[in-house]
Amino acid sequence: MDAIFWQQMVNGLTLGAVYGLIAIGYTMVYGIIGMINFAHGEVYMVSAYLAAIAIALLGFFGIHSFPLVILGTLIFTIVVTGVYGFAIERIAYKPLRNSTRLAPLISAIGMSLILQNYVQLSQGARQQGIPTLLEGSLRLHIGDDFVQLTYTKVFILVAAVLGMLALTFIIQKTRLGRMCRATQQDRKMAQILGINTDRVISYVFIIGAAMAGLAGVLITLNYGTFDFYAGFIIGIKAFTAAVLGGIGSLPGAMLGGLILGIAEAQFSGMVNTDYKDVFSFSLLVLILIFRPQGLLGRPQVTKV
Amino acid sequence: MSSPSIDLKKAVLDALMAGLLALVVFGPIVGVVLQGYAFQMEAGRVAWMVGVFMVGRLLLSVFLQTARGQRLLDSFEQTSGGVGVLPPGHKSRIKWVILTLIVLACIFPFFANKYLLTVVIFGLIYVLLGLGLNIVVGLAGLLDLGFVGFYAIGAYGLALGYEYLGLGFWTVLPLAAVTAALAGAILGFPVLRMHGDYLAIVTLGFGEIIRLVLNNWLSFTGGPNGMSAPAPTFFGLEFARRAKDGGTPYHEFFGVSYDADMKFLFIYAVLFVVVLLVLYIKHRLSRMPVGRAWEALREDEIACRAMGLNHVLVKLSAFMLGASTAGLAGVFFATYSGFVNPASFTFFESALILAIVVLGGMGSTVGVVIAAFVLTVTPELLRSFADYRVLLFGVLMVVMMIWKPRGLIRINRIGIAPRKGVAP
Repeated sequence: MDAIFWQQMVNGLTLGAVYGLIAIGYTMVYGIIGMINFAHGEVYMVSAYLAAIAIALLGFFGIHSFPLVILGTLIFTIVVTGVYGFAIERIAYKPLRNSTRLAPLISAIGMSLILQNYVQLSQGARQQGIPTLLEGSLRLHIGDDFVQLTYTKVFILVAAVLGMLALTFIIQKTRLGRMCRATQQDRKMAQILGINTDRVISYVFIIGAAMAGLAGVLITLNYGTFDFYAGFIIGIKAFTAAVLGGIGSLPGAMLGGLILGIAEAQFSGMVNTDYKDVFSFSLLVLILIFRPQGLLGRPQVTKV
Repeated sequence: MSSPSIDLKKAVLDALMAGLLALVVFGPIVGVVLQGYAFQMEAGRVAWMVGVFMVGRLLLSVFLQTARGQRLLDSFEQTSGGVGVLPPGHKSRIKWVILTLIVLACIFPFFANKYLLTVVIFGLIYVLLGLGLNIVVGLAGLLDLGFVGFYAIGAYGLALGYEYLGLGFWTVLPLAAVTAALAGAILGFPVLRMHGDYLAIVTLGFGEIIRLVLNNWLSFTGGPNGMSAPAPTFFGLEFARRAKDGGTPYHEFFGVSYDADMKFLFIYAVLFVVVLLVLYIKHRLSRMPVGRAWEALREDEIACRAMGLNHVLVKLSAFMLGASTAGLAGVFFATYSGFVNPASFTFFESALILAIVVLGGMGSTVGVVIAAFVLTVTPELLRSFADYRVLLFGVLMVVMMIWKPRGLIRINRIGIAPRKGVAP
């Protein structure tokens, strides 16, 4: 095993952790109302802009120490993206609860176009960026070569793991999480037992968007640049991760994200960078053909 | 129903809530414009948007509490059926409308200048695309978000076939339809066995794969620089000033003076015939068992499978037919612009075609034809709104799904009256 392999492993792990965070949004929404939220990738894109705006604002007020900046950015981005998730659900999906099967999907496509164009119109089409916040790196020597592990990547991994742990805690231990799980298992029964399922669905959208917001901050820290079109590709990849792990399953989304991130990084390290997106999409098609229920999902049974 | 009293307090609360949400949502993105690592405040725009949202929500809230608003809300609650049924013996006047349109289309080129002609050709290409996607989305109820992939197969089929195999327009036209249909079969067969929503994301990925491959495979497709595509020929006569491939230019053969518009006139004529043909085929198919099966599957898949319909084959036939129509449209697009590059086949095109189908009415042919012209010709006329085009498409899709998920023009069918003395 040479240094390139391990370097791509590190890159893949950080990328995969972020894919996993976004995939959570897809998987939770799919689990609870059985629709693919196409606008989710755009929520991530909006959060990247929000992160850059927060950093610029904090810099304007003279706050430059890393812990304060990152804390402020995270809180700001996660809260505002959460509101975005809430608003999207309220406008585009809630009126369609009892509509045809195709209606929410088309509405979601529309919402995704709206978000893209709205950001493009208000922020301009040019590429945006943030300054490097965290300098320096660790170097691990392997033979003659070395693997570079920047502090940014370490931070991303830690933050992603903490985010996932917090989510797992919410879903497994709190009252809100129990309501979510109940609604996911049987919406009508949960309603009969006195759970306000409409509100639970809103919470799920907020949680999913908040996770995408966290992912947006982390990706922006790593790459530094983004544009209004960034949500499209990342959205499909995160969906691939969700399907790979088994859609509807939370640990599946995290596992799928990690596997996809590593596979993609290894592919671009060993074969070709130009075709790494093609590789991910092909992987999605192949998974759907050979194992549609994913790694941790259960086969779907349709009953009348 | 007694006239309901209007609860102003609730309306004001709603408006305040909407204003607060709008402030949080629009505040950062609209109000703080990034410039490098610095920013510029645009508080005025935010105030405008928040104000518009608050007033809008207030008016909506008050309106929905009036008797008329209540009726509107009730009409949303009822889910209407797939088709409207007309009384038996209803005589449709659509025949005359179609006849008038055909006559209009035949005399149109004599009055049009080149610009108008190209705009109409563009519109007709989108009619073709809309009709193809209408079979897939409207009739069979399968959401195809990578429709532009099949369009690209057709367009690049002509360009690549000409470049490497020396094939002309007329050879590629049927070949492109077959190739696109085969691609549709290869993509659709494994996916159509599963839950319908997966198809949407797989086709989305497929459309991107096609575009990325065309963009990255420099040695074969020319990458982002694109390739040239040949003009059609009229029984071997070329529409160019000088013959390129050893043929004869049409003006030398007929002894007339050269006219550059002739190429577009010819494309228009051929395209029009193809559109009519596709319209006719679609019209007949939707009355045949396979067409009925598409619609039945769209409405209730489980019931259909229980009745013994092979759902995979039925869906696959719709998917392949739609794909082949897109392939045809692609060939026309390539020959019309004389040049193809990957930038013409982005996701936005798929969304535009979807908007045509959504606006026109799922499964309604007339609606799709009208919508295709409205959505492609209007932007040509309203160039100043070009920036807002995508935004408008998005709003259109969301509003249409909430307001009329079956599209503006619903399909109507003539009912059948049981004959006397025959058991129904």
